[in-house]
Amino acid sequence: MKIKNMGQFDIVVIGAGHAGCEAALASARMGKKTLILSINLEAVAFLFCNPSIGGTGKGHLVREIDALGGQMGLAIDKTFIQSKMLNTAKGPAVHSLRAQADKVAYHQEMKRVLEDQENLYLKQGEVVDIDFDEQKRVRGVRLKTGVYYGARAVIIATGTFLKGMIFIGDAAYPSGPNGLSPSDALSDSLQASGLRLRRFKTGTPARALSKSLDYSKMIPQYGDPVIVPFSFMNEELQADQVPCYLSYTNEETHRVIRENSHLSALFGGQITGVGPRYCPSIEDKVRRFADKERHQLFVEPESLTTDEMYLQGLSSSLPEDVQQAFYKTIPGLENLEIVRPAYAIEYDCIDPLDIQINLEHRQFENLFCAGQFNGSSGYEEAAAQGLIAGINAVRKLEGKEAFVIDRSEGYIGVLIDDLVTKGTNEPYRIMTSRAEYRLVLRQDNADTRLTEKGYALGLVTGERYARYQKIKEEVETELARLSAVEVSPSSINDFLCAHESTALNNRSTLAELLKRPEMDYALLAEIDPDRPALSRHAVDKIQVQIKYAGYIAKQLAQIHRFKKLEDRKLEPELDYLSMEGIRLEARQKLAQFKPLSVGQASRISGVSPADINVLLVYLEKQKRGSHGKA
Amino acid sequence: MNDAQTIAAIATAYGESGIGIVRMSGPEALDIFLGLFRLPDGKALEREEAEPRRMHYGFIRDPETGETLDEVLCVYMKAPRSYTAEDLVEIQCHGSLVSLRNILAACFRLGAGPAMPGEFTKRAFLNGRIDLAQAEAVIDLIQARSDKSFDVALGQAAGTLSLRVGQLRDGLKELLILLTVNMDYPDEDIEEITYGQIEKCLMQINDECLKLLEFSQEGRRIREGFSVTIVGKPNVGKSSLLNFFLRENRAIVTEIPGTTRDTIEEQVSLNGIPVKLTDTAGIRESEDVVERLGIQRSKEAFNKADLLLFLVDSSQPLSTEDRELCSLLEDRRCIVLLNKSDLSGVLTEQEMQALLPKATVLSTSLTEGIGLDRLEETITEWITGGKVRRREDVLVTNVRHIELIRRTREEIEEALAMTRRQEAIDFIEVNARAAFELLGEITGQTAGDEILKEIFSRFCLGK
Repeated sequence: MKIKNMGQFDIVVIGAGHAGCEAALASARMGKKTLILSINLEAVAFLFCNPSIGGTGKGHLVREIDALGGQMGLAIDKTFIQSKMLNTAKGPAVHSLRAQADKVAYHQEMKRVLEDQENLYLKQGEVVDIDFDEQKRVRGVRLKTGVYYGARAVIIATGTFLKGMIFIGDAAYPSGPNGLSPSDALSDSLQASGLRLRRFKTGTPARALSKSLDYSKMIPQYGDPVIVPFSFMNEELQADQVPCYLSYTNEETHRVIRENSHLSALFGGQITGVGPRYCPSIEDKVRRFADKERHQLFVEPESLTTDEMYLQGLSSSLPEDVQQAFYKTIPGLENLEIVRPAYAIEYDCIDPLDIQINLEHRQFENLFCAGQFNGSSGYEEAAAQGLIAGINAVRKLEGKEAFVIDRSEGYIGVLIDDLVTKGTNEPYRIMTSRAEYRLVLRQDNADTRLTEKGYALGLVTGERYARYQKIKEEVETELARLSAVEVSPSSINDFLCAHESTALNNRSTLAELLKRPEMDYALLAEIDPDRPALSRHAVDKIQVQIKYAGYIAKQLAQIHRFKKLEDRKLEPELDYLSMEGIRLEARQKLAQFKPLSVGQASRISGVSPADINVLLVYLEKQKRGSHGKA
Repeated sequence: MNDAQTIAAIATAYGESGIGIVRMSGPEALDIFLGLFRLPDGKALEREEAEPRRMHYGFIRDPETGETLDEVLCVYMKAPRSYTAEDLVEIQCHGSLVSLRNILAACFRLGAGPAMPGEFTKRAFLNGRIDLAQAEAVIDLIQARSDKSFDVALGQAAGTLSLRVGQLRDGLKELLILLTVNMDYPDEDIEEITYGQIEKCLMQINDECLKLLEFSQEGRRIREGFSVTIVGKPNVGKSSLLNFFLRENRAIVTEIPGTTRDTIEEQVSLNGIPVKLTDTAGIRESEDVVERLGIQRSKEAFNKADLLLFLVDSSQPLSTEDRELCSLLEDRRCIVLLNKSDLSGVLTEQEMQALLPKATVLSTSLTEGIGLDRLEETITEWITGGKVRRREDVLVTNVRHIELIRRTREEIEEALAMTRRQEAIDFIEVNARAAFELLGEITGQTAGDEILKEIFSRFCLGK
């Protein structure tokens, strides 16, 4: 086939899923001529699994993406059909926003944003080869059609498409998600270039027609009456929310599954990929938790423009007839009509230990990687990496240093540091418990943590920055006012008594009152008539900052200590193997990883505190060697 | 490089000197020192008076109880003119382990952290105080000391400690699993953890920590040394017994001299446990003033002792004096030594046991060295096991371990207070996890993935 050179781009993004979209948008918005390629344009930003965005930890990621000038938060705010703040009974650090998305609308919205973006070219096409020069530096991509695009950097965001293989019972066939064609040639050519690949798997439940379900036998799940937006750009959101429904499996369901479990591709030995532990198929759940009498099933709408419903909790790789049989044992699903069967999918991805903290591959220059290709799982995890890969590809081309969010600055930092420093043996999912500085990494303050950085990068628009500054100012002014305004016992004790709060003996500031667990900002309005009108985001921040000041201060002190080691940078050229005082295992690990900082080095498994101390001695020795004695 | 943390450690080797040094280095070294140090008149040393490179004489005071810990000579060296090129304070005290430990513990209380192996030298090097040529030696030192402390951690007493701390840590792990799964999976069909459950679990861990601390830093016995007093009529072998301990245990660090008729007090280390051993003059009325003074002190030593060693000459029938002592010993913790068992015995173990039913009776010969191993074992048992405390109880002697357990307990107490105020579980988790990590520093385990691993194997989660 004749190669047809069709143009030169700064950055080419392979794949237009959640990682690819954020990567391409970031790159284009930072002024780079960017091409984004998808095997099928119907797949752009498609939610191939659950029809929701956010959740514990994930909601934090969306807020951070938004604060940096990414798109996911804005897109879901436009296309959600139900919204809920989870974990509100717990502390503010684990409050997590989750929205049911209209899949069709979300896809259309994001596609439109890509189309409208300056510097960005969206095209349908399957990349079969990445072209590297002799120094293993990216030069371009070749498509199935023989078209060649020159590229200074390439971002791989292939999701589950690479050598995708679908399993339904004993049926196994090459396929991308949802029946789309897989990307086999790229996988082969990458391997031929010397890039190591491995296999992971994931799965999705069946979709059923809503009219075949009896919701009177299920428990409806409604959204919150007041909707909290994902994006800091949105103040109020209105929507006619649609409910989800909860039902349960029973002994009969489990019997059908048990009797047929030998037919599952999962146990038949056909699947070799590693699946996530937190996302087991129903046959896996029934086998591993044999004593559990029932499992939850949430029935969730896929879109307002279709009758399809998603059966959350019951992903499976059993044969279609068995799926039908066990789904029908569930109350409300007796007459269910499946329109798409559940399936397991296996795909090629890399070991994230092979990439650097800027998401660039260790062996291939200007080759950046994001999303499921890096061994993660989830739309939000993908989008977060896509954004950072896009930013860093641009910065690399501009000769600027890597943009790194550290573990104390965001969940994005936790996610990426975990992946590239600790690695993962299964599709990686973010969790609030993975963040050691959780109390500071809240969803209410994602903008405070990241918007200035986004602005400096050139990603945050002037409009967003102005809004951020306005909220920031509101918060500061109001915090000062609350600490200054005093109330007397006589003026307030009736109010306190009415709300079962201890009466005052002396004058107290509003801030002091707000610290009481039973008080909140809205409640105090009654005794605080002169308060200014504030945005929702400002109120959230004020409340948390006053109520949890002590805990936050303690965590900030921990972060201060953490930063000292993070700020101690390590040159990539360091010859770790010759550092004899360091144990051999640690030397090899360090040489392999080339950590960017002493802090990162200390998190590599197999590197002990004593090794780090010796490393510090070597660093000093080297410094004096090169600059003469201090 | 400027380390923010102020570190402290015992700078002298155990048991090799009558004087010990506790060294502190870092930005807060002077402040911590000023907080601990009192001049002979009881006043604090003013910051302006803390002249560098000058000896300051006074006392170190426990920052919490106000109790005087030791008489000291101290030097303050101002950065960068010190070994580490940081602010550095050296506190010279009596060389006894107890004294050194108490002072070090006091430094920790006021904010110093335990020094890592070789850390002073490392800082000295990093701050340019040590020549480049010595870098290799510094590296060896860091590694050698780490290996050594690793050996110690695997040693007998610490091995049991690891086990106990490991159990504690497992208890906390259980709690963390429940807290985490509740935090991260609000939508799943999982039982919600109750404050009652959390409190129960934390209280158990708190109690365990307390027990571990009881005989360490917190306990009077360790602070003052476990006190063992030798009694018996003259010439029965008391001095030989003392000499035996001195010979066998080279960790003698202080001697408070007196006249031959006074009490003699020695600090010895018995299987790693600091013991204050007192040899008394005879306890009987006397005309002699000097002797009477001795007797007075003997009585005090007798009354204060945690354990009494009663020496009897088994080759002779019990004297009136022996019988008098017997009556004084009836309700005391006591080991009877039927000495001179190499000679033909008159007095049997059974007879003695009948007189002092609660005591442990042993036959020994100090001149022939018979029964002495058994004696040491029995004393150790009295202190660490059976008679004084339960056998499974562990004596925490390593100051770093004590400090880590103490800090663990602080975290647990804070978590408990939050639980009682019914604060959100994710706040409680922060302290519980900190405690979990502190305990891991003792056993050498890092948290890693173990909690998540458990969660996924135990709970049915996910879409």
